[in-house]
Amino acid sequence: MDSVIYMDNNATTRVADEVVQEMLPYLTEKYGNPSSMHTFGGQVGKKIAEARQRVATLLGCHPEEILFTSCGTESDNTAIKGTLASYPNKRKVVTTRVEHPAVLTTCRDLERHGYSISEIGVDRAGRLDLDELGFRLDDNTAIASVMWANNETGTIFPIDQIAEIVKGRGIVFHTDAVQAVGKIPLNLRESHIDLLSLAGHKLHAPKGVGVLYVRKGTRLSTFMHGGHQEGGKRGGTENVPGIIALGKACELAQQHLEEENTRVRALRDRLQKKILAGCPDCMINGDTRDRLPNTLNVSFEYIEGEAILLMLNKFGICASSGSACTSGALEPSHVLRAMGVPFTAAHGSIRFSLSRYNTQEEVDFVADKLPGVVHRLRELSPFVAT
Amino acid sequence: MWDYTQNVMDHFMNPRNVGFIEDADGVGEVGSLACGDALTLTFRLDGQGRIADVKFKTFGCASAVASSSVLTEMVRGMTLEEAAKITNQDIVSRLGGLPDQKMHCSVMGQEALEAAINDYYKRKKGMAPTQPRGNIVCTCFGVTDLEIKKVVHENDLTTVEEVTNYCKAGGGCGGCHGRIAELIEEVQGEKVRTEAEKKPIRPVRLTNIQKIQLVQQTINEQIRPALRADGGDIELIDVEGNTVLVALRGMCAQCRLAEFTMKDVVQARLREFVSDDLIVEEQKDTPGASEA
Repeated sequence: MDSVIYMDNNATTRVADEVVQEMLPYLTEKYGNPSSMHTFGGQVGKKIAEARQRVATLLGCHPEEILFTSCGTESDNTAIKGTLASYPNKRKVVTTRVEHPAVLTTCRDLERHGYSISEIGVDRAGRLDLDELGFRLDDNTAIASVMWANNETGTIFPIDQIAEIVKGRGIVFHTDAVQAVGKIPLNLRESHIDLLSLAGHKLHAPKGVGVLYVRKGTRLSTFMHGGHQEGGKRGGTENVPGIIALGKACELAQQHLEEENTRVRALRDRLQKKILAGCPDCMINGDTRDRLPNTLNVSFEYIEGEAILLMLNKFGICASSGSACTSGALEPSHVLRAMGVPFTAAHGSIRFSLSRYNTQEEVDFVADKLPGVVHRLRELSPFVAT
Repeated sequence: MWDYTQNVMDHFMNPRNVGFIEDADGVGEVGSLACGDALTLTFRLDGQGRIADVKFKTFGCASAVASSSVLTEMVRGMTLEEAAKITNQDIVSRLGGLPDQKMHCSVMGQEALEAAINDYYKRKKGMAPTQPRGNIVCTCFGVTDLEIKKVVHENDLTTVEEVTNYCKAGGGCGGCHGRIAELIEEVQGEKVRTEAEKKPIRPVRLTNIQKIQLVQQTINEQIRPALRADGGDIELIDVEGNTVLVALRGMCAQCRLAEFTMKDVVQARLREFVSDDLIVEEQKDTPGASEA
């Protein structure tokens, strides 16, 4: 493949060059353990403190509220299970039907262990039913976990409002903000969020590092026991290069936040406009008013997502699909099904997710190639008269 | 990402015989939009009753398109009797293999062909489809007990997961897993019974040569496969009168249960298939040889 046009940034992102430069010395000469008593290790500890500050600046919180983990999934598991362990008399979790599997599978596993789980539904645009949420919260509820932005459709939930509802009932509130951080502005100091998960590799840091934000005063049982690292809340020698990389990535995200919401958004909108104009019988999935600036989820009727992806792949275009076939599952995306997207359209859904590394030429190239791919597959489809 | 063979990708990127024959002799439609894959197959016969033209239209992933495309190549020129013998395994081997989770694509191809042939008999000869469809077991994907038994039989499936990969049954809510397990048991149970019935009728009198041949055959067919499954093997050394001399190899040679194996497997089987008065003895390697 000559060149790659990468539009799958909600899956993972390119590690920024500045991030690689920042972490490189900690893979080579500065390999000390931050817990050591000597200066050689101590200098690493200082760098971790700097990274913690950088993450806190992006989130708008105190550095002591940042807990480094190995990934978004670990952060989600720690938040939910750690909270349940702190409130042994409460046996219920409230969440949504469109969460990432990191939350949903965790909750369904808890259900097998005797916990009660309430999954709130969404409407056709993927918007949450806030009345149902209020209705489901009760005295038995230990924690409510609602994602900030949906990974498949980009739909943004009114998280500050939700946090207020949940906190008003005296319940711990967690949000999986893996897709939101770096794409939309957030300020935790002014919110009621208790716990927030983020993953480094979604914002141009490498894979293998994540964060759990824990608001001061939040009760949270230790999930990973071990040494005194992370204030004893998460044992295990720090992923030093990863943490330093994430710190730099957060600093860069802060700098690029405006670009993300102007230039990247304009690119996404351009792609959307061109696709809708160039391909008949397609539709946008998700809330087009409240949506991540980089995400475009579009369904092509009568054709199947995996086939579209493989044809795009021939042009070096990387995207993803909510079709059943791509995952090896037999049913299409749980998010699109929760939204009530017809199966016919869910099987033909494609997600393009952009980043600041995408260009207008790339957008135009994709918009140019797509109608041909769609037309070719429709010629094969028994549901299209030719 | 799926690991598709070159053949699958070729048939996906350059599908053969795409289209719909308007004046077709047989039309087969299977699958649905909701299920995520669907296939329409049409064919026309020539004067000799051979498939002269065949076309397909498929909604589905690369393996669904490739299965349909390769199937049209396979059946062209065949009589309907020949075409009816094609199994999903034939489609898979022509493609050079499919990922496990994609086996149902080949089954869909075979089912569309079967439906088109049935349609031909129904329309041209006024005959009802040759096979009843059976009762729905998997309500999520509309799969019947007969369809499940067919894939289990033709592909020698033993687990519910495999059945899901081959015909989608059980891939939705999972409520039918118990029933699928029962069907697997039914089919596999029948297989064991049929094989048991196939066992050779023991001749009343054997010449020495015949006896040695029968002993060898029994070892090859009845005993060796079981031992090999456990990493062992067996070798026939000699037959003297009613005494059969064998040597255990591989794992069996060091096995603490070797004595049990000799008596309860080897001797029992040979007595069952050859003659009741056989005595099996094990030839031990000479100590010198085993130390070498």
